[in-house]
Amino acid sequence: MIAVVDYGVNNLASVVRALAAAGHPATLTADPEVVRRAERVVLPGVGNYGRAAITLRVTGLGDAVREVASAGRPLLGICLGQQLFFTGSEEAPGAAGLGLFPGRVVRFQTSLHVPHVGWAEVMPTVAGRRHPVTAPLLAEAGSFYYHVHSYYPAELPEECVLATADYDGKFATIVGQGSVLGTQFHPEKSQDAGIALLRRFAEWTP
Amino acid sequence: MLARRIIPCLDVADGRVVKGIHFEGLRDAGDPVEQAARYDREGADELVFLDIAASYESRSTTLAMVTRVAETLFIPFTVGGGIRSVEDAGAALRAGADKVAVNTAAVRDPELVSRLADAYGTQCVVVAVDVRWANDRWAVMVTGGRDATPLEAISWISELEDRGAGEILLTSMDRDGTRQGYDLQLTSAAAQAVDIPVIASGGAGSLAHLAEALEAGAHGVLAASIFHYDGHTIASARSFLRDRGIAVRP
Repeated sequence: MIAVVDYGVNNLASVVRALAAAGHPATLTADPEVVRRAERVVLPGVGNYGRAAITLRVTGLGDAVREVASAGRPLLGICLGQQLFFTGSEEAPGAAGLGLFPGRVVRFQTSLHVPHVGWAEVMPTVAGRRHPVTAPLLAEAGSFYYHVHSYYPAELPEECVLATADYDGKFATIVGQGSVLGTQFHPEKSQDAGIALLRRFAEWTP
Repeated sequence: MLARRIIPCLDVADGRVVKGIHFEGLRDAGDPVEQAARYDREGADELVFLDIAASYESRSTTLAMVTRVAETLFIPFTVGGGIRSVEDAGAALRAGADKVAVNTAAVRDPELVSRLADAYGTQCVVVAVDVRWANDRWAVMVTGGRDATPLEAISWISELEDRGAGEILLTSMDRDGTRQGYDLQLTSAAAQAVDIPVIASGGAGSLAHLAEALEAGAHGVLAASIFHYDGHTIASARSFLRDRGIAVRP
Protein backbone atom coordinates (compact mmCIF):
# COMPACT_ATOMS: atom_id res chain seq x y z
CA MET A 1 0.00 0.00 0.00
CA ILE A 2 1.17 3.50 -0.86
CA ALA A 3 0.43 6.14 1.77
CA VAL A 4 0.16 9.77 0.67
CA VAL A 5 0.81 11.90 3.73
CA ASP A 6 -1.89 14.47 4.47
CA TYR A 7 -0.26 17.17 6.57
CA GLY A 8 -2.55 20.07 5.79
CA VAL A 9 -0.97 21.26 2.56
CA ASN A 10 -2.63 21.68 -0.82
CA ASN A 11 -2.49 19.50 -3.87
CA LEU A 12 -3.06 16.09 -2.30
CA ALA A 13 -6.00 14.73 -4.29
CA SER A 14 -4.14 15.19 -7.57
CA VAL A 15 -1.23 13.09 -6.28
CA VAL A 16 -3.57 10.25 -5.33
CA ARG A 17 -5.27 10.50 -8.74
CA ALA A 18 -1.97 10.44 -10.63
CA LEU A 19 -0.82 7.35 -8.71
CA ALA A 20 -4.14 5.68 -9.57
CA ALA A 21 -3.59 6.60 -13.22
CA ALA A 22 -0.17 4.95 -12.91
CA GLY A 23 -1.97 1.78 -11.83
CA HIS A 24 -1.19 2.10 -8.13
CA PRO A 25 -4.05 3.01 -5.81
CA ALA A 26 -2.89 5.05 -2.83
CA THR A 27 -4.38 6.05 0.50
CA LEU A 28 -4.45 9.61 1.74
CA THR A 29 -3.72 9.59 5.46
CA ALA A 30 -2.96 11.91 8.36
CA ASP A 31 -2.34 8.99 10.73
CA PRO A 32 1.34 8.43 11.64
CA GLU A 33 0.63 4.73 12.32
CA VAL A 34 -0.69 4.22 8.79
CA VAL A 35 2.40 5.99 7.42
CA ARG A 36 4.68 3.84 9.56
CA ARG A 37 3.12 0.61 8.30
CA ALA A 38 2.93 1.64 4.62
CA GLU A 39 4.91 -0.27 2.07
CA ARG A 40 5.89 3.02 0.46
CA VAL A 41 5.16 6.66 1.19
CA VAL A 42 4.69 9.90 -0.74
CA LEU A 43 5.12 13.28 0.94
CA PRO A 44 3.53 15.83 -1.42
CA GLY A 45 3.09 19.51 -0.86
CA VAL A 46 2.46 23.04 -1.93
CA GLY A 47 2.75 25.57 0.86
CA ASN A 48 5.01 27.27 3.34
CA TYR A 49 8.15 25.51 4.62
CA GLY A 50 7.97 26.81 8.19
CA ARG A 51 4.34 25.90 8.75
CA ALA A 52 4.76 22.48 7.12
CA ALA A 53 7.84 21.67 9.25
CA ILE A 54 5.92 22.49 12.43
CA THR A 55 2.91 20.44 11.35
CA LEU A 56 5.11 17.41 10.63
CA ARG A 57 6.67 17.70 14.07
CA VAL A 58 3.55 18.21 16.18
CA THR A 59 1.49 15.54 14.40
CA GLY A 60 4.20 12.90 14.65
CA LEU A 61 4.02 12.47 10.87
CA GLY A 62 7.60 13.69 10.53
CA ASP A 63 8.90 10.92 12.79
CA ALA A 64 6.82 8.36 10.92
CA VAL A 65 8.29 9.51 7.59
CA ARG A 66 11.82 9.32 9.06
CA GLU A 67 11.16 5.73 10.21
CA VAL A 68 10.00 4.75 6.72
CA ALA A 69 13.27 6.11 5.34
CA SER A 70 15.46 4.47 7.96
CA ALA A 71 13.69 1.13 7.38
CA GLY A 72 14.79 1.40 3.73
CA ARG A 73 11.26 1.56 2.39
CA PRO A 74 10.66 3.75 -0.70
CA LEU A 75 9.86 7.37 0.09
CA LEU A 76 9.08 10.07 -2.46
CA GLY A 77 8.89 13.79 -1.70
CA ILE A 78 7.25 16.16 -4.15
CA CYS A 79 8.10 19.88 -4.28
CA LEU A 80 7.74 21.17 -0.69
CA GLY A 81 7.65 17.55 0.52
CA GLN A 82 11.07 17.02 -1.07
CA GLN A 83 12.41 20.26 0.41
CA LEU A 84 11.37 19.04 3.85
CA PHE A 85 13.80 16.10 3.48
CA PHE A 86 16.66 18.60 3.92
CA THR A 87 17.84 20.14 7.16
CA GLY A 88 16.33 23.55 6.54
CA SER A 89 15.37 26.25 4.07
CA GLU A 90 16.02 29.92 3.44
CA GLU A 91 12.24 30.22 3.25
CA ALA A 92 11.96 29.68 7.00
CA PRO A 93 15.29 30.14 8.80
CA GLY A 94 15.16 28.28 12.08
CA ALA A 95 12.56 25.74 10.98
CA ALA A 96 13.97 22.22 11.11
CA GLY A 97 13.39 19.91 8.17
CA LEU A 98 13.53 16.13 8.48
CA GLY A 99 17.28 15.99 7.84
CA LEU A 100 17.13 12.90 5.61
CA PHE A 101 19.55 14.53 3.19
CA PRO A 102 22.58 16.70 3.77
CA GLY A 103 22.20 20.15 2.27
CA ARG A 104 19.64 22.88 2.52
CA VAL A 105 17.08 24.65 0.42
CA VAL A 106 17.91 28.04 -1.08
CA ARG A 107 16.08 30.74 -3.03
CA PHE A 108 16.76 31.46 -6.70
CA GLN A 109 19.21 34.34 -7.06
CA THR A 110 18.49 35.53 -10.57
CA SER A 111 17.25 38.47 -12.55
CA LEU A 112 14.67 36.12 -14.08
CA HIS A 113 11.17 36.08 -12.69
CA VAL A 114 10.72 34.09 -9.45
CA PRO A 115 8.84 31.81 -8.89
CA HIS A 116 10.05 29.57 -11.67
CA VAL A 117 6.80 28.33 -13.18
CA GLY A 118 6.34 26.09 -16.17
CA TRP A 119 7.41 23.04 -18.11
CA ALA A 120 11.18 22.72 -17.74
CA GLU A 121 13.40 20.18 -19.44
CA VAL A 122 14.86 17.69 -16.95
CA MET A 123 18.20 16.00 -17.66
CA PRO A 124 19.55 13.05 -15.66
CA THR A 125 23.03 13.30 -14.16
CA VAL A 126 25.61 10.51 -14.25
CA ALA A 127 24.17 9.23 -10.94
CA GLY A 128 20.63 9.61 -12.33
CA ARG A 129 21.45 7.46 -15.34
CA ARG A 130 22.20 4.59 -12.98
CA HIS A 131 19.07 4.99 -10.85
CA PRO A 132 16.17 2.72 -11.88
CA VAL A 133 13.56 5.45 -11.39
CA THR A 134 15.42 8.18 -13.27
CA ALA A 135 17.50 6.22 -15.81
CA PRO A 136 14.63 6.09 -18.35
CA LEU A 137 14.70 9.91 -18.42
CA LEU A 138 17.67 9.63 -20.71
CA ALA A 139 15.79 7.43 -23.16
CA GLU A 140 12.90 9.90 -23.02
CA ALA A 141 15.28 12.58 -24.31
CA GLY A 142 13.71 15.91 -23.64
CA SER A 143 11.49 15.10 -20.70
CA PHE A 144 9.58 18.15 -19.52
CA TYR A 145 8.10 18.38 -16.05
CA TYR A 146 5.90 21.04 -14.50
CA HIS A 147 7.73 23.21 -11.96
CA VAL A 148 6.29 25.83 -9.59
CA HIS A 149 8.84 27.01 -7.03
CA SER A 150 11.04 29.78 -5.68
CA TYR A 151 13.42 27.51 -3.75
CA TYR A 152 15.51 24.47 -4.64
CA PRO A 153 17.90 22.13 -2.84
CA ALA A 154 21.59 23.05 -2.78
CA GLU A 155 24.85 22.11 -1.06
CA LEU A 156 24.17 18.40 -1.36
CA PRO A 157 26.67 15.73 -2.44
CA GLU A 158 26.95 15.31 -6.19
CA GLU A 159 25.88 11.67 -6.06
CA CYS A 160 22.54 12.71 -4.51
CA VAL A 161 21.62 14.85 -7.52
CA LEU A 162 19.86 12.56 -10.00
CA ALA A 163 18.60 15.17 -12.46
CA THR A 164 18.86 18.88 -13.10
CA ALA A 165 16.95 21.59 -14.87
CA ASP A 166 18.15 25.02 -15.90
CA TYR A 167 16.88 28.40 -14.76
CA ASP A 168 19.69 30.90 -15.13
CA GLY A 169 21.96 28.03 -14.01
CA LYS A 170 21.48 24.36 -13.28
CA PHE A 171 19.61 23.32 -10.17
CA ALA A 172 18.83 19.91 -8.67
CA THR A 173 15.32 18.85 -9.58
CA ILE A 174 15.47 15.14 -8.72
CA VAL A 175 17.42 14.11 -5.63
CA GLY A 176 17.91 10.67 -4.16
CA GLN A 177 19.79 8.66 -1.60
CA GLY A 178 19.10 5.05 -0.60
CA SER A 179 15.37 4.48 -0.64
CA VAL A 180 14.53 8.19 -0.61
CA LEU A 181 13.68 10.19 -3.74
CA GLY A 182 12.53 13.75 -4.21
CA THR A 183 11.34 15.81 -7.14
CA GLN A 184 11.29 19.59 -7.19
CA PHE A 185 8.63 19.44 -9.92
CA HIS A 186 5.10 18.08 -9.79
CA PRO A 187 4.85 14.65 -11.47
CA GLU A 188 1.10 14.72 -10.78
CA LYS A 189 0.82 17.79 -13.03
CA SER A 190 3.28 16.56 -15.65
CA GLN A 191 0.94 14.36 -17.65
CA ASP A 192 2.36 11.16 -19.18
CA ALA A 193 5.96 11.88 -18.18
CA GLY A 194 4.88 12.44 -14.58
CA ILE A 195 2.61 9.41 -14.43
CA ALA A 196 5.43 7.25 -15.84
CA LEU A 197 7.80 8.51 -13.15
CA LEU A 198 5.25 7.79 -10.41
CA ARG A 199 4.78 4.30 -11.83
CA ARG A 200 8.53 3.64 -11.70
CA PHE A 201 8.61 4.87 -8.11
CA ALA A 202 5.65 2.65 -7.19
CA GLU A 203 7.34 -0.40 -8.71
CA TRP A 204 10.85 0.37 -7.47
CA THR A 205 12.67 -1.96 -5.11
CA PRO A 206 15.59 -0.01 -3.62
CA MET B 1 14.50 26.55 -20.69
CA LEU B 2 10.77 26.62 -20.23
CA ALA B 3 8.61 25.16 -22.96
CA ARG B 4 6.08 27.51 -24.54
CA ARG B 5 2.53 26.50 -23.68
CA ILE B 6 -0.47 25.52 -25.75
CA ILE B 7 -3.55 26.19 -23.67
CA PRO B 8 -7.05 25.23 -24.75
CA CYS B 9 -9.71 27.36 -23.11
CA LEU B 10 -13.16 26.26 -22.03
CA ASP B 11 -15.58 29.19 -21.84
CA VAL B 12 -18.39 27.71 -19.81
CA ALA B 13 -21.98 28.96 -19.48
CA ASP B 14 -24.79 27.01 -17.85
CA GLY B 15 -22.73 23.86 -17.71
CA ARG B 16 -21.73 23.84 -21.39
CA VAL B 17 -18.62 24.90 -23.29
CA VAL B 18 -19.53 27.81 -25.56
CA LYS B 19 -17.71 30.07 -27.96
CA GLY B 20 -18.75 33.43 -29.42
CA ILE B 21 -17.36 36.20 -31.56
CA HIS B 22 -16.29 39.43 -29.85
CA PHE B 23 -17.71 37.77 -26.70
CA GLU B 24 -21.22 37.52 -28.28
CA GLY B 25 -23.38 35.09 -30.28
CA LEU B 26 -22.39 32.07 -28.23
CA ARG B 27 -22.60 28.62 -29.74
CA ASP B 28 -22.33 25.25 -28.08
CA ALA B 29 -19.01 23.39 -28.07
CA GLY B 30 -19.72 20.43 -25.86
CA ASP B 31 -19.47 19.11 -22.35
CA PRO B 32 -16.70 20.63 -20.18
CA VAL B 33 -15.64 17.34 -18.59
CA GLU B 34 -15.44 15.51 -21.92
CA GLN B 35 -13.59 18.40 -23.55
CA ALA B 36 -11.12 18.67 -20.67
CA ALA B 37 -10.38 14.95 -20.78
CA ARG B 38 -9.84 15.16 -24.52
CA TYR B 39 -7.38 18.04 -24.24
CA ASP B 40 -5.45 16.36 -21.44
CA ARG B 41 -5.24 13.16 -23.47
CA GLU B 42 -4.02 15.10 -26.51
CA GLY B 43 -1.20 16.65 -24.51
CA ALA B 44 -2.32 20.20 -23.71
CA ASP B 45 0.18 22.01 -21.49
CA GLU B 46 -2.50 23.54 -19.33
CA LEU B 47 -6.24 24.09 -19.31
CA VAL B 48 -8.20 27.26 -18.60
CA PHE B 49 -11.83 27.14 -17.50
CA LEU B 50 -13.72 30.44 -17.54
CA ASP B 51 -17.22 30.62 -16.12
CA ILE B 52 -18.39 33.37 -18.46
CA ALA B 53 -21.92 33.47 -17.10
CA ALA B 54 -20.64 33.72 -13.54
CA SER B 55 -23.36 34.74 -11.19
CA TYR B 56 -23.60 34.46 -7.46
CA GLU B 57 -26.33 31.82 -7.69
CA SER B 58 -24.32 29.59 -10.00
CA ARG B 59 -21.17 29.44 -7.83
CA SER B 60 -21.83 26.06 -6.26
CA THR B 61 -22.80 24.43 -9.57
CA THR B 62 -19.67 25.85 -11.15
CA LEU B 63 -17.46 24.56 -8.35
CA ALA B 64 -18.96 21.09 -8.71
CA MET B 65 -18.14 21.27 -12.42
CA VAL B 66 -14.60 22.47 -11.64
CA THR B 67 -14.10 19.44 -9.41
CA ARG B 68 -15.29 17.07 -12.15
CA VAL B 69 -13.01 18.73 -14.69
CA ALA B 70 -10.02 18.69 -12.30
CA GLU B 71 -10.51 14.94 -11.82
CA THR B 72 -9.77 14.37 -15.51
CA LEU B 73 -6.59 16.47 -15.61
CA PHE B 74 -2.90 15.78 -15.04
CA ILE B 75 -1.83 19.26 -16.09
CA PRO B 76 -2.06 22.68 -14.44
CA PHE B 77 -5.60 23.99 -14.31
CA THR B 78 -6.72 27.63 -14.15
CA VAL B 79 -10.24 28.60 -13.13
CA GLY B 80 -11.78 32.04 -13.59
CA GLY B 81 -15.11 33.78 -13.70
CA GLY B 82 -16.86 35.27 -10.71
CA ILE B 83 -13.87 35.19 -8.37
CA ARG B 84 -14.18 38.33 -6.28
CA SER B 85 -12.43 37.55 -3.01
CA VAL B 86 -9.72 35.50 -1.33
CA GLU B 87 -12.51 33.18 -0.14
CA ASP B 88 -13.84 32.66 -3.69
CA ALA B 89 -10.31 31.85 -4.83
CA GLY B 90 -9.83 29.43 -1.95
CA ALA B 91 -13.02 27.62 -2.92
CA ALA B 92 -11.81 27.24 -6.52
CA LEU B 93 -8.41 25.95 -5.36
CA ARG B 94 -10.04 23.45 -3.01
CA ALA B 95 -12.25 22.32 -5.90
CA GLY B 96 -9.09 21.37 -7.80
CA ALA B 97 -7.80 24.52 -9.51
CA ASP B 98 -4.06 25.19 -9.45
CA LYS B 99 -4.47 28.87 -10.32
CA VAL B 100 -7.31 31.35 -10.29
CA ALA B 101 -8.01 34.04 -12.86
CA VAL B 102 -9.54 37.37 -11.86
CA ASN B 103 -10.64 40.11 -14.20
CA THR B 104 -13.39 42.61 -13.33
CA ALA B 105 -12.78 42.18 -9.61
CA ALA B 106 -9.12 43.19 -10.04
CA VAL B 107 -10.12 46.40 -11.81
CA ARG B 108 -12.68 47.28 -9.15
CA ASP B 109 -10.35 46.33 -6.29
CA PRO B 110 -6.68 46.20 -7.40
CA GLU B 111 -5.66 45.32 -3.83
CA LEU B 112 -7.39 41.96 -4.37
CA VAL B 113 -4.44 40.90 -6.55
CA SER B 114 -2.01 41.50 -3.67
CA ARG B 115 -4.27 39.75 -1.19
CA LEU B 116 -4.52 36.70 -3.45
CA ALA B 117 -0.73 36.66 -3.91
CA ASP B 118 -0.21 36.88 -0.14
CA ALA B 119 -2.72 34.12 0.54
CA TYR B 120 -1.78 31.62 -2.16
CA GLY B 121 1.47 32.79 -3.79
CA THR B 122 1.92 34.76 -6.99
CA GLN B 123 2.07 31.52 -9.02
CA CYS B 124 -1.63 31.06 -8.25
CA VAL B 125 -2.72 34.46 -9.47
CA VAL B 126 -3.61 34.93 -13.12
CA VAL B 127 -5.12 38.25 -14.09
CA ALA B 128 -7.24 38.21 -17.21
CA VAL B 129 -7.17 41.49 -19.11
CA ASP B 130 -9.73 42.03 -21.88
CA VAL B 131 -8.64 44.72 -24.31
CA ARG B 132 -10.38 46.67 -27.07
CA TRP B 133 -8.75 49.24 -29.36
CA ALA B 134 -10.70 52.49 -28.95
CA ASN B 135 -9.77 56.13 -29.37
CA ASP B 136 -6.19 55.29 -30.32
CA ARG B 137 -5.47 53.27 -27.21
CA TRP B 138 -5.81 49.78 -25.80
CA ALA B 139 -8.68 50.14 -23.38
CA VAL B 140 -9.25 47.62 -20.60
CA MET B 141 -12.79 46.27 -20.67
CA VAL B 142 -14.67 44.56 -17.83
CA THR B 143 -17.85 42.60 -17.08
CA GLY B 144 -17.36 40.20 -19.94
CA GLY B 145 -16.31 42.97 -22.30
CA ARG B 146 -19.46 45.05 -21.81
CA ASP B 147 -18.00 48.01 -19.96
CA ALA B 148 -15.04 50.22 -20.77
CA THR B 149 -12.69 51.42 -18.03
CA PRO B 150 -10.32 54.39 -18.01
CA LEU B 151 -7.38 51.96 -17.80
CA GLU B 152 -4.83 51.63 -20.58
CA ALA B 153 -3.87 47.99 -21.03
CA ILE B 154 -0.06 48.12 -20.95
CA SER B 155 0.20 50.35 -17.89
CA TRP B 156 -2.48 48.25 -16.17
CA ILE B 157 -0.49 45.09 -16.86
CA SER B 158 2.64 46.66 -15.35
CA GLU B 159 0.67 47.63 -12.28
CA LEU B 160 -0.67 44.08 -11.99
CA GLU B 161 2.87 42.70 -12.04
CA ASP B 162 3.84 45.07 -9.20
CA ARG B 163 0.79 44.01 -7.23
CA GLY B 164 1.68 40.32 -7.37
CA ALA B 165 0.08 38.87 -10.48
CA GLY B 166 1.92 35.72 -11.56
CA GLU B 167 0.67 35.68 -15.12
CA ILE B 168 -1.36 37.81 -17.51
CA LEU B 169 -4.06 36.30 -19.69
CA LEU B 170 -4.35 38.94 -22.40
CA THR B 171 -7.42 38.80 -24.62
CA SER B 172 -7.95 41.01 -27.62
CA MET B 173 -11.70 41.50 -27.86
CA ASP B 174 -11.22 42.92 -31.34
CA ARG B 175 -9.89 39.55 -32.45
CA ASP B 176 -11.92 37.22 -30.21
CA GLY B 177 -13.62 34.53 -32.27
CA THR B 178 -12.65 36.18 -35.59
CA ARG B 179 -9.91 33.65 -36.44
CA GLN B 180 -7.88 36.48 -38.00
CA GLY B 181 -4.94 35.89 -35.72
CA TYR B 182 -3.87 37.30 -32.37
CA ASP B 183 -3.28 41.02 -31.93
CA LEU B 184 0.49 40.80 -32.28
CA GLN B 185 1.20 44.44 -31.50
CA LEU B 186 -0.71 44.17 -28.26
CA THR B 187 0.93 40.84 -27.40
CA SER B 188 4.39 42.15 -28.09
CA ALA B 189 3.90 45.40 -26.18
CA ALA B 190 2.60 43.50 -23.15
CA ALA B 191 5.38 40.89 -23.22
CA GLN B 192 8.00 43.65 -23.32
CA ALA B 193 6.38 45.56 -20.47
CA VAL B 194 6.52 42.80 -17.84
CA ASP B 195 8.73 39.90 -16.71
CA ILE B 196 5.82 37.63 -15.82
CA PRO B 197 4.41 35.36 -18.53
CA VAL B 198 1.89 36.82 -20.94
CA ILE B 199 -0.59 34.39 -22.47
CA ALA B 200 -2.02 35.58 -25.77
CA SER B 201 -5.71 35.08 -26.37
CA GLY B 202 -8.30 36.06 -28.94
CA GLY B 203 -8.23 35.46 -32.67
CA ALA B 204 -6.43 32.17 -33.29
CA GLY B 205 -7.68 30.76 -36.58
CA SER B 206 -4.74 28.66 -37.71
CA LEU B 207 -1.65 26.99 -36.36
CA ALA B 208 0.46 29.74 -37.93
CA HIS B 209 -1.34 32.22 -35.68
CA LEU B 210 -0.15 30.31 -32.62
CA ALA B 211 3.43 30.53 -33.86
CA GLU B 212 3.13 34.27 -34.58
CA ALA B 213 1.96 35.06 -31.06
CA LEU B 214 4.77 33.02 -29.49
CA GLU B 215 7.28 34.71 -31.78
CA ALA B 216 5.83 38.06 -30.66
CA GLY B 217 6.82 37.22 -27.09
CA ALA B 218 3.87 35.36 -25.60
CA HIS B 219 4.83 32.54 -23.20
CA GLY B 220 1.71 30.66 -24.10
CA VAL B 221 -1.18 30.73 -26.50
CA LEU B 222 -4.78 30.30 -25.52
CA ALA B 223 -7.11 28.99 -28.17
CA ALA B 224 -10.67 27.78 -28.31
CA SER B 225 -12.25 27.68 -31.78
CA ILE B 226 -9.38 26.00 -33.58
CA PHE B 227 -9.41 23.11 -31.14
CA HIS B 228 -13.16 22.97 -30.44
CA TYR B 229 -14.36 23.02 -34.07
CA ASP B 230 -11.61 22.98 -36.65
CA GLY B 231 -10.20 19.54 -36.17
CA HIS B 232 -6.82 20.79 -35.03
CA THR B 233 -5.34 18.65 -32.29
CA ILE B 234 -2.86 19.72 -29.66
CA ALA B 235 -0.40 17.27 -31.19
CA SER B 236 -0.69 18.84 -34.63
CA ALA B 237 -0.19 22.29 -33.09
CA ARG B 238 2.84 21.08 -31.19
CA SER B 239 4.50 19.52 -34.20
CA PHE B 240 3.78 22.64 -36.29
CA LEU B 241 5.37 24.87 -33.64
CA ARG B 242 8.37 22.58 -33.24
CA ASP B 243 8.97 22.74 -37.00
CA ARG B 244 8.93 26.53 -36.73
CA GLY B 245 11.75 26.29 -34.18
CA ILE B 246 9.65 27.11 -31.13
CA ALA B 247 10.53 25.33 -27.88
CA VAL B 248 7.56 23.15 -27.01
CA ARG B 249 7.24 19.88 -25.13
CA PRO B 250 7.89 16.76 -27.20
